[in-house]
Amino acid sequence: MNMVNLTINGFKVSVPEGTSILDAAKKVNVHIPTLCYLDLHDIKMVNRTASCRVCVVEVEGRRNLAPACATEVTEGMVVKTDTLRAIKARRTMVELLLSDHPTDCLVCEKNTQCQLQKLAADLGVRKIRYKGKMSTYPKDSSSESIYRNLDKCIMCRRCETMCNEVQTCNVYSAVDRGFETVVSPAFGLPMIDTQCTFCGQCVAVCPTAALTQISHVAKVWEALSDPDKFVIVQTAPAIRVALGEKFGMEPGTIVTGKMVAALRRLGFDKVFDTDFAADVTILEEAHEFIDRLQNGGRLPILTSCCPSWVKFIEHQFPDLLDIPSTCKSPHIMFGTIAKTYLADKMGIDPEKIVVVSVMPCLAKKYEVVRPELQHEGKKNVDLVITTRELADMLLEAGIDFASLPDEDFDNPLGESTGASVIFGTTGGVIEAALRTAYEWLTNETLEDVEFHSVRGLDGLKEATVNINGEEIRIGVAHGLGNARKLLESIQKGESRYHAIEIMACPGGCIDGGGQPYHFGNLEIVKKRMEAIYTEDRNKKIRKSHENPEVLKMYKEYIGEVGGEKAHELLHTHYTKREKI
Amino acid sequence: MVKYRMDLLVCGGTGCQASGSSEVVETFKKEIEKEGLENEIQVITTGCFGFCEKGPIVKISPDNVFYVEVTPEKAVRIVKEHIIKGRVVEDYLYKEPETKEVLHEQNEMPFYKKQLRIALRNCGFIDPENIYEYIAVDGYQALGKVLTEMTPEKVIEEIKRSGLRGRGGGGFPTGVKWEMTRKSKSNQKYVICNADEGDPGAFMDRSILEGDPHSVLEAMAICGYCIGADKGYIYIRAEYPLAIQRLRIAINQAYEFGLLGKNILGTGFNFDIDLKYGAGAFICGEETALINSIEGGRGEPTVKPPFPAQKGLWKQPTNINNVETFANICPILLKGADWFSSIGTEKSKGTKVFALAGKVNNVGLVEVPMGLTLREIIYELGGGIKGDKKFKAVQTGGPSGGCIPAQNLDTPIDYDTLTQIGSMMGSGGMIVMDEDDCMVNIAKFYLEFSCEESCGRCTACRVGNTRMLEILNEITEGKGTMEHLDELKELGQIIKDSSLCGLGQTSPNPVLSTMNFFWDEYVAHVKDKNCPAGVCTALLKYFILPDKCVGCTACAKVCPTNAISGEVRKTHIIDQEKCIKCGACMATCRFNAITRR
Amino acid sequence: MAGIKSLDELKALRDKHRESVLGRDTGDSENKIRITVGMATCGIASGARETINAIIDEVAKEHLMNVVVVQSGCLGYCYAEPTVEVRFPGKEAVLYGNIDAKRGRELVQRHIKNGEIQKDWIIEKTFNNI
Repeated sequence: MNMVNLTINGFKVSVPEGTSILDAAKKVNVHIPTLCYLDLHDIKMVNRTASCRVCVVEVEGRRNLAPACATEVTEGMVVKTDTLRAIKARRTMVELLLSDHPTDCLVCEKNTQCQLQKLAADLGVRKIRYKGKMSTYPKDSSSESIYRNLDKCIMCRRCETMCNEVQTCNVYSAVDRGFETVVSPAFGLPMIDTQCTFCGQCVAVCPTAALTQISHVAKVWEALSDPDKFVIVQTAPAIRVALGEKFGMEPGTIVTGKMVAALRRLGFDKVFDTDFAADVTILEEAHEFIDRLQNGGRLPILTSCCPSWVKFIEHQFPDLLDIPSTCKSPHIMFGTIAKTYLADKMGIDPEKIVVVSVMPCLAKKYEVVRPELQHEGKKNVDLVITTRELADMLLEAGIDFASLPDEDFDNPLGESTGASVIFGTTGGVIEAALRTAYEWLTNETLEDVEFHSVRGLDGLKEATVNINGEEIRIGVAHGLGNARKLLESIQKGESRYHAIEIMACPGGCIDGGGQPYHFGNLEIVKKRMEAIYTEDRNKKIRKSHENPEVLKMYKEYIGEVGGEKAHELLHTHYTKREKI
Repeated sequence: MVKYRMDLLVCGGTGCQASGSSEVVETFKKEIEKEGLENEIQVITTGCFGFCEKGPIVKISPDNVFYVEVTPEKAVRIVKEHIIKGRVVEDYLYKEPETKEVLHEQNEMPFYKKQLRIALRNCGFIDPENIYEYIAVDGYQALGKVLTEMTPEKVIEEIKRSGLRGRGGGGFPTGVKWEMTRKSKSNQKYVICNADEGDPGAFMDRSILEGDPHSVLEAMAICGYCIGADKGYIYIRAEYPLAIQRLRIAINQAYEFGLLGKNILGTGFNFDIDLKYGAGAFICGEETALINSIEGGRGEPTVKPPFPAQKGLWKQPTNINNVETFANICPILLKGADWFSSIGTEKSKGTKVFALAGKVNNVGLVEVPMGLTLREIIYELGGGIKGDKKFKAVQTGGPSGGCIPAQNLDTPIDYDTLTQIGSMMGSGGMIVMDEDDCMVNIAKFYLEFSCEESCGRCTACRVGNTRMLEILNEITEGKGTMEHLDELKELGQIIKDSSLCGLGQTSPNPVLSTMNFFWDEYVAHVKDKNCPAGVCTALLKYFILPDKCVGCTACAKVCPTNAISGEVRKTHIIDQEKCIKCGACMATCRFNAITRR
Repeated sequence: MAGIKSLDELKALRDKHRESVLGRDTGDSENKIRITVGMATCGIASGARETINAIIDEVAKEHLMNVVVVQSGCLGYCYAEPTVEVRFPGKEAVLYGNIDAKRGRELVQRHIKNGEIQKDWIIEKTFNNI
């Protein structure tokens, strides 16, 4: 690799050809502030629109200032980041942005987490010299998931890059010109009428509160304070490895016990685990897979846990709707089980039960209102809050999270296996399914339950497992752009896989749109992933079909796996949707 | 082949068509047929003559007589007198406004005397819809020469030696650009002709495409040969229907004659050209935005480098030149780099086409050697200021340029001198202003244009220009402060320094240059709340002249705010507090007793 | 039109069409031979139209690039119509009378091409232009 020598603020540095000034400056510990720039190179996304102009620096011999994020170094370059000219320009850019930005920071959803706010503080902006017209747009709360307040949009275009390049959903693009320029779906459509999958990755990368979630917190408080309601909560596997971050803990800290304790203190009548339903999902899905494999059904089978991914295939590949597993997603299964089996068992009127899901995900908010996922006209899951919303509730309730004792989930829907925990990360669902399918197909005990080839952050992963002498080929995709590639290969008949796992969010649920913001620090995501696998290893039971409470439920209530009742309660169907 | 003894060259440019040249053509044809002369006299619709002020233009050849402002009625008389009887109709000739002298020939007219037409060489000379005429004037000879006698390197060397610089605004050396694209390694490269002309008042590219489309096609093919491209696109705004039509005809003819397509002139060289239509966004004239637009994306610029020469259309090396630049290529290759570089100034060679507009007598398109002074263009070619008013400034370079005051009238024009005096060449718009123009208002006009045409991508341009415009609005409304002026200067400089593309990097120029040269006028607006040119309505005050007022009370009766008082037959007076400056009193007064200042 | 196959073909095509546009080039009109045919009523009545067309045809046939053929109004020699004036650059004009189509062609051959002034056809100038 060719090295390039340059000077930054007087420090000599040598970096590989193609390096940006911004990255070269890091080598000599020179911090250049950025705003629109976002580098998620582990998932191959870089937002380098160079639109905010905050990172401008002086380059000797250049007529104007250069954006450090988008300017490659050249041999002998002399860069100055701290001259009055650069500092003034930088500060003016922030002032200009603020002059067209609501200053309701104190009551803003992103208060203390806003990157524009932080930048203004870092640069010591104490006064906004420029005044004038402000952008005002209708607020979009049409969907159940994403709230758009474009008054706060600073045109960084991260959402666009994420949506179009990583997720290939192409919902967003910049429209109009001049001061009126804004990022919007085509024809200014409300989000609910678009092909948006509500993965929420745009929300995850938005530096301000232009894109946030539709909050269910108020409704949860209401339900909790209603004495007539029996409020139960379920938590997705990815919550326990991320929630701690909101309370100053190291990324990757496992806080399962504290989380359960905290939820009890909030006043939930029962604290259960979505993992229970994940084990159920594995039973149903493995059964479906074996059925298709042995009876000449259509392969590959695709996992269906991710509602965002389901909506994606409905819009983008309506001719492939017979491929995904018909299993409901785990938290919907849980809701159904809670309002049937559990209600039955505990002798509670299902009408009185309020099921709250704590999810790392925004699409789950939309999923619960899908008409085919209602049971007898009632929602299976009533309310969905994200990891971030849960943290907000705990703060509001004054719960000192860090010093809580560890507590256990309630029974019976709190029992889970290591297989269900790994649902929280890319590759996890298929690994869990393999653990069960292998044993069912071979009648042998699987000694080493870990399938390392499906783990990690590679966008497309594959594995081959020898089952009864047959090579079973597994594919894994995370990020909808990668999913699109896989589906296109299926469409063209090129795919050789027997089973495929797809998760919409890069990295899987651990990096879901409802998780604590990491703003591009993928090390945090990697630590969450490690924690998930640690949690799996710590479990005594690591195969779904060995979950005693699940088996008991089948015996007492559902009957056979894949049987009639199972289909009634645990399976669903898909609808063709338009591309728009 | 019929040999005509006389050609009637009627201008068919958009300007002359708008003033009725199509009807003139029809009348000529009808009258000539009536006289049974259709086999002797030919009526040809040509491209733009440039003298739009006096359109429709009709030139009679070989007599070399130049008629101006021809109407169908005049056409009838021209046929009866000139064509049949050989008597020139003196009444319809151009009259020199100052000497009142009647001028027969085009070459005698001051408007044409100092012109040197290279890019416009065939405009007004040939029928743009007839490829035989283009071939007759050495059309496609340069392409033939290049393909059979020259290596790409040699051609590039020749273009470099000629000193030709980009005519679209930036002034980048064309040969160097071609060389950069040639050196980029790729199996697929592209040539793009930037015909997205957008500066207010500029129409040289349109005129070239309307009047001489083949010259651009030929030059694009030559460029393709040099850089190693076999595909070209002309990005043209859909608002140029006539240019599009003529280009389509020309492209079809060129294919038919084997001058485009496969194996051109039997040399094995292939080159295709397609048209791509723009929707009229000014920013799409910026080359990276143009590429985005062709690719079907939003028309917005991206960061350079990488330059299009490295990574352009569909990420392939792409050479983009403007129409006028291409129009210069063939003459250079036929007449030689030495010939071309003998014209112009030290660093700016050849000629430049300017669109002369505003308060000059002769509005139109002129092509002059680089190095002519502004005074020569405005006072000789342009015939001076309309209505004998006083010259105040000339705006060059459109929204990216600046205003040049009287003290710089003798500056020889080239890329570098214009930049030195705070303006720029741009695409060649030249708008002349007189004493009635308010420079603050002019700056506001251009900034408004930039604000509307900003793509909105970067903060500096999207928000910064808007804030500058708002300050200018305050100033013209009488709410300006001296702090505002400081703010304008600082913000303007930062926007220039920090914007992503050429639009933002130059959009403050009209403001900064007028502040530089007409500072007093800004101060008058801010401190005295007075617009010296009498343009900014909010700053005007109405007064009644005591010596003229007869006390008829008419003004008081029409005043909507009862701001005028006074007894019958006595001088009236306007209460400035109540006056809303509607002007009703002034319009009503029959004694010219009300004044505004 | 079949495609042009070579540069030579292109050059031939150019040469074929060159004359049709050449007359328009007024850039160096002083350096061209100018043939003026009187085309007033009297001239036309005596056959000036046939004369001018014959001259143009002859000029074209001979590819005489430096010749401009124009018409003018009455020259005042009605007795000698059609009248034709030949002016070489920088030289005194020569005025001919009674030039019919046949003589017109001969004039092109003899005077224009070979430089032989046709003394017999000259009419005396009876006045001078001021």
